[in-house]
Amino acid sequence: MTRAGWTGTLLFAVLAALAASLVVRARYTADLSAFLPRAPTAGQRLLTEELRAGFASRLIMVAIEGADASTRARVAAALAQRLRANPAFAEVSNGDAAGLTRTADFLLEHRYALSDAVTPERFTSEGLHRAILDTLDLLASPEGLVAKALFTRDPTGETLHILEGMEAPRIATSEGVWSSRDGQRSLLLAQTTAAGSDTDGQEAACVAIRRAFAEAAAAATGAPGALALRLSGPGVFAVTSRALIRGQVIRLSTLSAILIAALLLAAYRSLPVLALTFVPVASGALAGVAAVALGFGVVHGITLGFGVTLIGEAVDYAIYLFIQSGGRESAAEWRRALWPTVRLGMLTSVCGFAALVPSGFQGLAQLGLYSIAGLITAALVTRFVLPEWRPRILATRDLTALGAGLERLLERLRPARSALALLALLAGVILFEHRTTLLSRELTDLSPIPLAAQELDAELRADLGAPDARYLVVVSAPDSGAALSAAEAISARLRILTEAGVIGGFESPTRYLPSPGTQRARLLSLPAPEELAAHLKQALAGLPVSAARLAPFLNDIEAARTAEPLTPRDLAGTPLGSALDALVTQSGPATTAFLPISPPEGGELSAAAISELRAAVVAAMPARAPETAVTARVLDLKAEADGLYAHYLTQAVSLSLAGLFAILLLLILMRSPARAVRIVAPLALAVLMVAAGLAAAGERLGILHIVGMLLIVAVGSNYALFFDHLAEQPRGDVPRTLASLAVANLATVIGFGVLAFSSVPVLAALGRTTAPGALLALLFAALLAPRAARVPA
Amino acid sequence: MSAPRLRRVVALTLLALAAPLTATPSADSDPLDALLAELAVRRHGHVTFTEVQYLAVLERPLESSGELLYEAPDHLEKRTLSPRPETLVLAHGTLSATRGTRTRTLELAAYPQLAPLLESLRATLAGDRAALERVFNVRLDADRPRWTLHLAPRDPSAARLVKEVLITGEQADLRTVELLQADGDRSLLTIGRELPP
Repeated sequence: MTRAGWTGTLLFAVLAALAASLVVRARYTADLSAFLPRAPTAGQRLLTEELRAGFASRLIMVAIEGADASTRARVAAALAQRLRANPAFAEVSNGDAAGLTRTADFLLEHRYALSDAVTPERFTSEGLHRAILDTLDLLASPEGLVAKALFTRDPTGETLHILEGMEAPRIATSEGVWSSRDGQRSLLLAQTTAAGSDTDGQEAACVAIRRAFAEAAAAATGAPGALALRLSGPGVFAVTSRALIRGQVIRLSTLSAILIAALLLAAYRSLPVLALTFVPVASGALAGVAAVALGFGVVHGITLGFGVTLIGEAVDYAIYLFIQSGGRESAAEWRRALWPTVRLGMLTSVCGFAALVPSGFQGLAQLGLYSIAGLITAALVTRFVLPEWRPRILATRDLTALGAGLERLLERLRPARSALALLALLAGVILFEHRTTLLSRELTDLSPIPLAAQELDAELRADLGAPDARYLVVVSAPDSGAALSAAEAISARLRILTEAGVIGGFESPTRYLPSPGTQRARLLSLPAPEELAAHLKQALAGLPVSAARLAPFLNDIEAARTAEPLTPRDLAGTPLGSALDALVTQSGPATTAFLPISPPEGGELSAAAISELRAAVVAAMPARAPETAVTARVLDLKAEADGLYAHYLTQAVSLSLAGLFAILLLLILMRSPARAVRIVAPLALAVLMVAAGLAAAGERLGILHIVGMLLIVAVGSNYALFFDHLAEQPRGDVPRTLASLAVANLATVIGFGVLAFSSVPVLAALGRTTAPGALLALLFAALLAPRAARVPA
Repeated sequence: MSAPRLRRVVALTLLALAAPLTATPSADSDPLDALLAELAVRRHGHVTFTEVQYLAVLERPLESSGELLYEAPDHLEKRTLSPRPETLVLAHGTLSATRGTRTRTLELAAYPQLAPLLESLRATLAGDRAALERVFNVRLDADRPRWTLHLAPRDPSAARLVKEVLITGEQADLRTVELLQADGDRSLLTIGRELPP
């Protein structure tokens, strides 16, 4: 090895070690953060907040299936008990009485602030009479057994009234715990303390649930296999996605590496050369991840997925080196003759990917940076490191014969080139036909979650009446008091809409904590001792109750009269506090309250319903809004998310076009306008054909298809540049170059072809676009190459 | 109103006639089995009731009256008509209480302390020994044709509230259901005349 070779190797080793240490220390995520905008609008900011840490993002729906109802119920109760003891869960509900009785003490203590039945009329003699009569009815009923204990303190029945208002009324129960409507599943709702975007925290919560279930099932049945646990929810999806993407990336990378290795072994007939071929690939992947970790702080799972794609492209550089310089005396000659072409190809690709970096879609931006760093590294390693190592290695197999065969084949295909114009026309017609369904509109198209899991999620949501948090009224206010009082005003309007059937129902934080104003008004409506005693005396006339027995009632009222309204802090540590936390978030100086709206039975809100909802919210707000900086808005998270996605998609398309323009400009500068057009034409044709093919197959094009097309251009530009280069070369170079292109192309097609079979939609989309595209790009580049190249010098 | 006159049998003539055909307990079988088998014959019942509740917290007993409806095996309805209307329905283990326009639903299994009240009556009417013994320790005092069932709740949380449920009857007819609470309060439900189905 030369002195320069030693220096290069040393530098390479140091940089590789540095990159490796960055890769090891980088933070990896698979949550939705990659899809969240960096410069959000107000609506997007709320969407982001809700997706990251909101109520819905922290819900895990738990279903127990199998065995019989009573076994399921026992296991569900035991599971709930175990999870309640686990600090990873803020709240666990399964409809059992334990959940309510834990709340009852707190409610009894603060009943006059919390009961919406507390009004001045309630404590007049008629009001008291009516309320006590109602309570006597309750005492006479079976519930009286339980209610009796409260009678002397709470003869007007406020505690039970509050409890009634808080019960989730729509969930079916069986054997005392929540069950699905068909009675085949016992259900629980667990709310994690970890935010939805904290995938590690969510994974830990899932593991905790599975472990607690295994223990509870083993303890209850002795045959735990009879019961099955199903989990669902946003956090569960994030965990599943991450595992799925990670698993597929490992499996598919391994598979394509093996296939490509087999191909190259057949081509080289040399193991050391094969090993060397993967050096630029590995270096590129390492550099790519390190660059993303440095640039973004966190590496997304989807970005890692592109480690696979880099095998497909970066492996080409080494293939060109080894096959094209096969018969040469030294690598120096390859550097002189062919490196400029490879370099221009690399720069072309970099231009294309650079266009992705400014994308607001973090996943796309990461991909751009990853590819740029990866490709530059792979090319530099091929240029400066590999040739230094190669002289020690036996010459590779000479593929001139294969190249000559290919050349004859191309010569025969050449007359078909006139048909290309027809193909282009056909592709154009197909694309035009499919123009309305061409682009994917839904963010969920990116979700790697299998359909069956999405269906289970929908079923559990329906059974639990869990808000899918699609529709929300979001109140922003400077403090929790203002947020709650706005939520109260809005609730009053929402109640009217619910009764009118415009919406199915709603949830409000004020169910758990009324605004300070309302609480104060209630406490003020409590009469002074003498007045109350007088009213009570009249109220009890004719009732089988003596005033003397109700002394605890009089004491409690007197204590309540001087009490301060409850604040969120007072609720901390109670089930009410967890429920409130889910709906009210405090961030910096602002408080945000969420009022999830459920659509009427089985559906979505119509546009008319949404505008009615908007009008109701506006009507609830008018007087207070301007001077107190309280705002409220109706949010359709799905529309918001889909809008965001559509925005990204449009952005990806225009950025890709900008990338293409940059490539064209680069080629014009480096070559000439005529040659630039000749180089770009086959690539454009390949992209057009692939897009038409996908559209004809009924696939909607999403962001990853666009990225795939960019890859076609990146990979294909190498082919086109080589054909362009061949036009100026002595005859003898042609077969070997053709052979190297064929091998490189096959490697790329294998690398991406494997991806096409992925069950992760984004990876599959990429594979299905790039694999056929790369093949077509080579074919078209060969057919459209200047004839001069074919003529022997 | 004379209580003894109202204190009448519940059975429906038709089903009473059918009884000997279906239920023929042998003489040497367990007396509880024999009684329950006899009771189980009845598939349907509709009677009046009066109930008196003695609660220490109140100055005088609460009196109420209404109708009881029973459909074998697990639908029991208690319609209080006076002093104020209330309907309790126990069906498939769910208790729903309707007062005025409001209905509350409780899963009996979730409130073991409430189970004794209606489940005792339902299981007895259904002749469901397994259900009775799941909830109560059962003892039968029989002085044929009259008998008394002593039902003591097994569930500790129920036992903290309810000491015992006493059901008395004569042959296949129930007469009274008495609930003795742990704190000394009690209620006595007396079954009255039979109503058309």
